[in-house]
Order: sequence, then structure tokens, then C-alpha cells
Amino acid sequence: MGLLDVVLGVLAVALLAAVVRVITGPTHADRALAFDFSFAVLVAAVGVLAVRFDTPALVHLIGAATLLGFLGTVALAALVERGPR
Amino acid sequence: MSVQTVIGNGLILVGVVLIAVAAAGLFRLPDVYNRTNAVAKAAALGVTVVLIGVGVLLPGRTTIILLVLAIAAQLFTAPIAGYAVGRAGYRSGAQLAPNTHRDELAERYSQDT
Repeated sequence: MGLLDVVLGVLAVALLAAVVRVITGPTHADRALAFDFSFAVLVAAVGVLAVRFDTPALVHLIGAATLLGFLGTVALAALVERGPR
Repeated sequence: MSVQTVIGNGLILVGVVLIAVAAAGLFRLPDVYNRTNAVAKAAALGVTVVLIGVGVLLPGRTTIILLVLAIAAQLFTAPIAGYAVGRAGYRSGAQLAPNTHRDELAERYSQDT
């Protein structure tokens, strides 16, 4: 078990913290923030996986995931700002 | 182990430690504004450092170009996302932590506008 496997484990724990924050809230802004953070963790995990499996093609996903996470977070923030429905 | 491997693994380790700090902040800090602070700074910096480490470990023209684009996008968009979430939280009435000293926005802001 190399360093990169340990790193992936730490990222999994970080993702778990985001899931706990999505479940417990307490506000919808917290949930939008946890979504943003989970996309950051996803981007880092895809980068580490590209190194781990020696697959440079996975790097293409990183840019797409970055922009997707940003757009999703801004859309969620706009929904939260409009108030509870 | 070559120098390249050591530097790349070290950068990935530093970045993941920063992401872990952001996760601890997201888990433990008292209100949504503090958590926004932790995630917008530490997670964005952590992802950037991890991606630099990936670029060191996987050299190649295409990889480097894609990683530079991704890092630039990350550094431009992460503060905007954090700001948007904080603003949405305030406008939707998220409570501040009980030990907050001042709310300077309260006297300049009305719920109607």
C-alpha cells in the first residue's frame, strides 16, 4: 500500500465529512457549500487516480469537473438565496 | 526513487493535508460563514497543490496544458463560489455563531431589497 492509496483514503474521509454536512445542514447554504467542497475533493481524487493508474487521459476530466462544480455551486447559491420553497 | 517522484508525492501530500484541514473546518466550525471561509481558502489551495503534484508526476505537453487550465479555472472560480454561498446564506437568513462580536452588514441591509 503506497502513499497514494493512503491519500485516496484521506480524500474518502473528507468526502464523508461533506456528506455529513449535507445531511445535518442546518441551513441550505451549508448544503451548497458541502456540494462545492465535495467537487473539490472529487477533482483532487481524479488527479491522484490519474497518477495511481498511470492514465494521463483522466486529466481531461479535471477541467470539466472544476467548471461543473463551480456552475453547480453558483446555481445552488442562487436557489438558496431565493429562500425556502 | 527519483527526485521527480519525491517532489510530486510531497506536493500531493501537502495538498491533501490542506484538503483534510478544510474538511475538518467544514465539519467542526460553528456557522456557515466560518465554514465558507475554510472551504474557499483551504480546499482551493489544496486542490491547486495536488494538481501541481500531478503535473510533476505525469509530465507531457497535453497534461501540463490541461492542468494549467484547470488550476487557473480553480483559482478564479473558488473565491466566487465561496462568496456566492456566503451571500446566499446571509440573504436567506442564516444565523451567525453566538460568539460573533459585530454584524456590520445588519444596519446596511434590509430583507426587502
